[in-house]
Amino acid sequence: MYVYDEYDQKIVEERVKQFRDQTRRYLAGELSGEEYRPLRLQNGLYIQRYAPMLRIAVPYGLLNTKQVRKLAQIARDYDKGYAHVSTRQNFQFNWPELEEIPDILAELATVQMHAIQTSGNCIRNTTTDQFAGVAADELVDPRPWCEIIRQWSTFHPEFAHLPRKFKIAVNGAKMDRAAIEVHDIGLEAVKNEAGELGFRVLVGGGQGRTPYVGAFIKDFLPWQHLLTYLEAILRVYNRYGRRDNKFKARIKILVKALGENVFAEKVEAEWAYLKDGPSMLIEAEVERVSKFFVDPAYEALEDQSEALAKLEAEHPGFARWRTRNTFPHKKPGYIAVTLSLKPIGTAPGDITDKQLDAVADLADRYSFGELRTSHTQNIILADVRQDQLFTLWNELRENGFATPNVGLLTDMICCPGGDFCSLANAKSIPVAESIQRRFDDLDYLFDIGDIDLNISGCMNACGHHHVGHIGILGVDKKGEEFYQVSLGGYAGRDASLAKILGPSFAQEEMPDVIEKIINVYVGQRTEDERFIDTYRRIGIEPFKERVYAKNH
Amino acid sequence: MQKIIKGREIVTDNWHLLPKETTFEEIPNTDNVIIPVALWLEHGHALTTRDGRLGVWLDSDEEPESIADSLEHFQVIAINFPAFTDGRGFSYARLLRERFGYKGEIRAIGDVLQDQLYFMQRCGFDAYVIRADRDPEAALAGLNDFTVTYQTGADQPQPLFRRRLA
Ligand code: SF4
Repeated sequence: MYVYDEYDQKIVEERVKQFRDQTRRYLAGELSGEEYRPLRLQNGLYIQRYAPMLRIAVPYGLLNTKQVRKLAQIARDYDKGYAHVSTRQNFQFNWPELEEIPDILAELATVQMHAIQTSGNCIRNTTTDQFAGVAADELVDPRPWCEIIRQWSTFHPEFAHLPRKFKIAVNGAKMDRAAIEVHDIGLEAVKNEAGELGFRVLVGGGQGRTPYVGAFIKDFLPWQHLLTYLEAILRVYNRYGRRDNKFKARIKILVKALGENVFAEKVEAEWAYLKDGPSMLIEAEVERVSKFFVDPAYEALEDQSEALAKLEAEHPGFARWRTRNTFPHKKPGYIAVTLSLKPIGTAPGDITDKQLDAVADLADRYSFGELRTSHTQNIILADVRQDQLFTLWNELRENGFATPNVGLLTDMICCPGGDFCSLANAKSIPVAESIQRRFDDLDYLFDIGDIDLNISGCMNACGHHHVGHIGILGVDKKGEEFYQVSLGGYAGRDASLAKILGPSFAQEEMPDVIEKIINVYVGQRTEDERFIDTYRRIGIEPFKERVYAKNH
Repeated sequence: MQKIIKGREIVTDNWHLLPKETTFEEIPNTDNVIIPVALWLEHGHALTTRDGRLGVWLDSDEEPESIADSLEHFQVIAINFPAFTDGRGFSYARLLRERFGYKGEIRAIGDVLQDQLYFMQRCGFDAYVIRADRDPEAALAGLNDFTVTYQTGADQPQPLFRRRLA
């Protein structure tokens, strides 16, 4: 993974100093609350319902164990002993004291971490595939490009105050696990016929109040021009994005208003000036950054299919876990493992300080001292030896990471909602929990199979409800918390947005509603048909009928 | 006269900023004035024969392209920030400096506070009228928030990735 040099280190240290002074001025009354707001937001600091919330950047979801131990220590010393993995692969602390934030940042800087641009109207943390670099279906490793974008976007002077937040995602694999089509900019690394590397560029995707699947405006952007082209897009957006209404300020609204072709022309015109300037990337830099992402010292191993099959026959629990929580690795004899942060009864994505220490320890022993976070709020050990999988599974069970539900109904994406977030219309965590409790039968869960259930506490869609096969949105109905259900969202390649099922429901109705939806699927599916495919075949009507039927 | 930041120093300002509703007839002949861009666009060269010096100011929705061909007439171009968080002016300054090659003073006016200054100077601003209720002396510190930059800027023609090689 990328290691800071003296320049990178200097920038985060100077940031700590700057933010310490900003916070001091605020506490001394030299900055009003309103003036401090954009400054603290650009440093990931929200003032929430009960306490401040601090969002720490985890660039493209990659962490080493030193960093994880630091997070554990911060959770212990400055918080209530736990942290939360966000849907943008970042970490959040829910209970720090405002006065102590500069100290937390100083601690983070010692392990090459920060909270820069994790919120606010600026370019946010670039995200990618949680299996980047190890996935068997990968064509191009997106991580060096994410790092190059990270550096370019960090304190970019021109884009410090955009109309609204701005999110970039990069995919380099056949499958799209980074949901690039619902980002402000989605980049897909591709090779042209001559074998040269470039990017397919999408703009104007996004969730929130007006969700859109973005439009591809460039089929092949040679890698040398990545940053100049991004700069052109951002400049057009910075100049022409709406600033009069925060709900219409995202780039997707501008792209829709102009039409994607006109938008693309504007970008091309701007790019023509920037294209061959000094920001054009050079081979030497790509090489320098790529060196940090070469393969770890893999051993020449063989796949362990037989040995694993034997263990599975003896341990059905292991078999179950392996089918759900592991992912094929490009190297024979290795496998990627997902640690589920979705056991029943804990808020999705929450992890305690002890667990963080345990994860670090496991990563050191089983996975070259590195780990990843996913936008589905889980943790990944990417480079596990298959011949150590069984012992790892036993250790994961001891630490509460082995819930065999990755990709299943109970592996929900869920925002912090009304329990923490001051923007929420409704709570989301208790809804997640009530559904998890209803579907606590593992056999049944396995039978239902792959399904994305995503929950957001309000329109801002941090819980990605628009792209859940089943989406749940907290709404406010005359001061009461209600939940709107939608179906058919999909975040992968050829993304689609979910359609609203009908009138919203009270919280206690939700497990029943979800159960009815699942029953329709189970009754209608053909063999091996996933929920999303059944939905696409039969449409929303059968679900509607069942859920809203009078005597049900 | 008000104190402003010019370069990296506090100086006494000798320009007068004329508000949007100013008419052509109201422009004094001898004073150094910064006029709203609309007046320039309407009266253009009639303004170049005055005895006083001339500057022009752009609001955040007024595009710098409109004056790109007349830059030699302005000693100052001021860009207004109606709100701290309105970042359009950052792009305007870069265009004026980098694309249109403007060499005169670019000053930030409006909701201008310490914590934008670092970015502003990188975009090509070299004068800052700090909001009247704040001390420009204290705000000066904002120009020095960082000593390392990744990107190119008015203060740094090469991105870090090219400098790293050196
Ligand atoms: S979706 Fe709404 S409630 Fe949930 S975290 Fe985002 S802003 Fe808060």
